[in-house]
Amino acid sequence: MTDLATFRSETRAWLEANCPPEMRAPVRSDKDICWGGRNPDFQPGQREWLEAMASRGWTVPDWPTEYGGGGLSPAEAKALREEMAALHCRNPLNSFGISMLGPALLKYGTEEQKLDHLPKIARGEIRWCQGYSEPNAGSDLASLAASAEDAGDHYIVNGQKVWTSYADKADWIFCLVRTSKESKQGGISFVLFDMASEGVSTKPILLISGYSPFCETFMDNVRVPKANRIYDENKGWDVAKYLLGHEREMISGMGLASAGGGNPLIEGAIAAVGLDANGRLADPLLRASIAMFEVRARAFGAMSERFIDELKAGRAHPAQPSMMKYYGTELNKARHELQMAAGGSDALEWESGASNGGAAARAWLRTKANSIEGGTSEIQLNIVAKRILDLPA
Amino acid sequence: MPLYLDDQQTMLRDTARDFIAEHAPPSHLRALRDANDPTGFSRDLWKQFAEMGFTGIRIPEAQSGMGLGHVEAGVVLEEIGRNLSPSPFLTTAVAAVEALRGTAHADRYYPGILAGDTIAALAIDERAKFGDGISLTAQRSGNGFRLSGTKQFVAHAHVADLILVAARTSGAESDQDGVTLFAVDSKTAAPDIRPERLADSSLASRITFADLQLDADSVVGEVDNGREVLNRLLAAGRSGASAELLGVGGGAMDLTVAYLKERKQFGQTIGSFQALQHRAAHLYAEMEVARAAVLKAQQLLDAGSALAGQAVAVAKAMTGLATTLSVQEGVQMHGGIGMTDEYDIGFYMKRARVLAEMFGDANYHADALARESGY
Ligand SMILES: Cc1cc2nc3c(=O)[nH]c(=O)nc-3n(C[C@H](O)[C@H](O)[C@H](O)COP(=O)(O)OP(=O)(O)OC[C@H]3O[C@@H](n4cnc5c(N)ncnc54)[C@H](O)[C@@H]3O)c2cc1C
Repeated sequence: MTDLATFRSETRAWLEANCPPEMRAPVRSDKDICWGGRNPDFQPGQREWLEAMASRGWTVPDWPTEYGGGGLSPAEAKALREEMAALHCRNPLNSFGISMLGPALLKYGTEEQKLDHLPKIARGEIRWCQGYSEPNAGSDLASLAASAEDAGDHYIVNGQKVWTSYADKADWIFCLVRTSKESKQGGISFVLFDMASEGVSTKPILLISGYSPFCETFMDNVRVPKANRIYDENKGWDVAKYLLGHEREMISGMGLASAGGGNPLIEGAIAAVGLDANGRLADPLLRASIAMFEVRARAFGAMSERFIDELKAGRAHPAQPSMMKYYGTELNKARHELQMAAGGSDALEWESGASNGGAAARAWLRTKANSIEGGTSEIQLNIVAKRILDLPA
Repeated sequence: MPLYLDDQQTMLRDTARDFIAEHAPPSHLRALRDANDPTGFSRDLWKQFAEMGFTGIRIPEAQSGMGLGHVEAGVVLEEIGRNLSPSPFLTTAVAAVEALRGTAHADRYYPGILAGDTIAALAIDERAKFGDGISLTAQRSGNGFRLSGTKQFVAHAHVADLILVAARTSGAESDQDGVTLFAVDSKTAAPDIRPERLADSSLASRITFADLQLDADSVVGEVDNGREVLNRLLAAGRSGASAELLGVGGGAMDLTVAYLKERKQFGQTIGSFQALQHRAAHLYAEMEVARAAVLKAQQLLDAGSALAGQAVAVAKAMTGLATTLSVQEGVQMHGGIGMTDEYDIGFYMKRARVLAEMFGDANYHADALARESGY
């Protein structure tokens, strides 16, 4: 057997033995997602699964082992992903630390900063949030105003962030602040601070889904040690953009759904409208819509595989995450529209036990943000047009 | 295996790209069309394909071919598509070679295919839309079979040396079993072949078999168990047609993006208008997704994976959708000039329509996927 085949078979055996049965069931609602942090809210099986995976560095399989990673080669990491998918294993940890801050720290952090933060991210001990957007800086992010004043070995940060996802549950924040007014993009710095610091407060914002996972975040004379600044002063925009690439990459993957196995869209449609005598969905137009959607979804599955392969080999166009983010999020919205159409009035129930607390409707509404968060679809198309197709400004 | 072309495949692509762009660019198709050429393609060019080794790309090395995979055949087909090069490559070097693989017919026909002498055609369509049913019958007679029935949409049939015919040897039209594939040698048997010029100026024939007598050894594979060979032929043809569609869609997109950078209205290049930028970027995304689907299908076919069939259906459907979008947006964004015969974009639109229909369109393949997924 080749080394890779050995790795694959050992990995499968290990997953079989260590992935709890609850962690192989489809994700049904937000509660089924594990975020870790200082005050974790574990469902049955989640803690065991997280600890087992973290012990091998497999929450971040391709990070170096000294930072809590698995040190796997791209081919091994791909085999691990494939074996997890084959057994329908859930993602052990969802984390802005893994998908956003981690890559930025690996590229721009000092050795001390890496050793300080990365292993905790890998083990899910610290939950992070992202302080980018402000009331007057959304798509035009570089116009942000939250200020960091130089006070010797630390900054004094003042201002307001908005749409900060999970700010009320997060332990730390990675935050863009203005350290100079002389240049729009060249006056931004990238800092980290503890949400328990004096002067930080949050206020949840209720969403159309009925949940309030995101917040306004206020900073009132918050002391942030300069040692917590990533990369040079006034060069935070480089870090921010790099991180956004990874954020887009993460969000684009959501269009693939079905971690935990099965195809909820098809299963839901069969349950709701039934099959006819020929074994076809009894609503032919719904069937046609789903079938056409599945063509795109599967093709996008191949695109995601190609994208990861190219990324790991350093061959992807740097603006390709924008294309992935655009396509993946529009697909995910389409999937949930179909799911609602298939579910009919059952899917509209908002609080009943039968609807699992309105899971389908809430998830449908949540997906509408996919093409807004992390940069809107329009912004992604602008980037593809200019940076890949090289169209004039 | 990573989902991108490796170094050798990239080299092959560069070779094919240069060769085809030089010898058979869209102007080549235009010249054949203007001359109302009765063959539909250039024999000389087909010979040159043979000299480059392209015709033997899928023929095993033991039989003097290049012994390469579906991925490599696709690399050549994409360039054929990008240049709208009329060629019997897909039917002959890809689909027929696949159908004959490992049979006695391989020894008979591969040398001619390798040399660029033999042209093969596929008589598998019986109605305007591709379907799985087969009603053309082959009845036992003497030491062989008598074929009767009709086929249509048979590219290159009027000049083919070999016509592969899917016929029913038992059972009813819709049965999976009872199908047999025949190799009809045009030197020894003469069905009634009526070539028709198609919208893209290629030629495809309607064929009538009126009790055409064939020897027993014209059977490819096994009697009544032809579905397996036919499915192999179709998988190769579909993944190949997908690759060619990718070339057509990509070529149309390149023309369009170049035009957006060049045409000025309202004192600026039209490519600076956001409405057009967004449509071009969306088109780019659709084409890239289609490209990934095609490579995935080809890799799975080459690996002999059980998942290949579904991946091929996805590839054929997705390239149909993406390329259709590409040629439609292409004509629209060119404005009036896009409607003129003089400009090439219209040729892309016509070729895309033909390839989208061939071996089943996007609806056919989406339906097949749905059936396989149990809904
Ligand atoms: C669920 C959710 C979670 C989020 N989480 C976070 C978080 O954790 N941290 C954080 O910092 N931020 C977060 N955001 C904020 C998100 O990044 C912004 O909402 C987003 O960048 C858009 O900014 P905006 O809301 O101000 O919209 P605007 O920028 O005001 O855009 C309004 C509309 O105008 C369009 N538009 C704007 N500029 C252009 C242009 N140049 N060309 C074409 N169209 C344009 C947009 O596409 C949009 O349709 C989150 C948002 C959502 C919905």
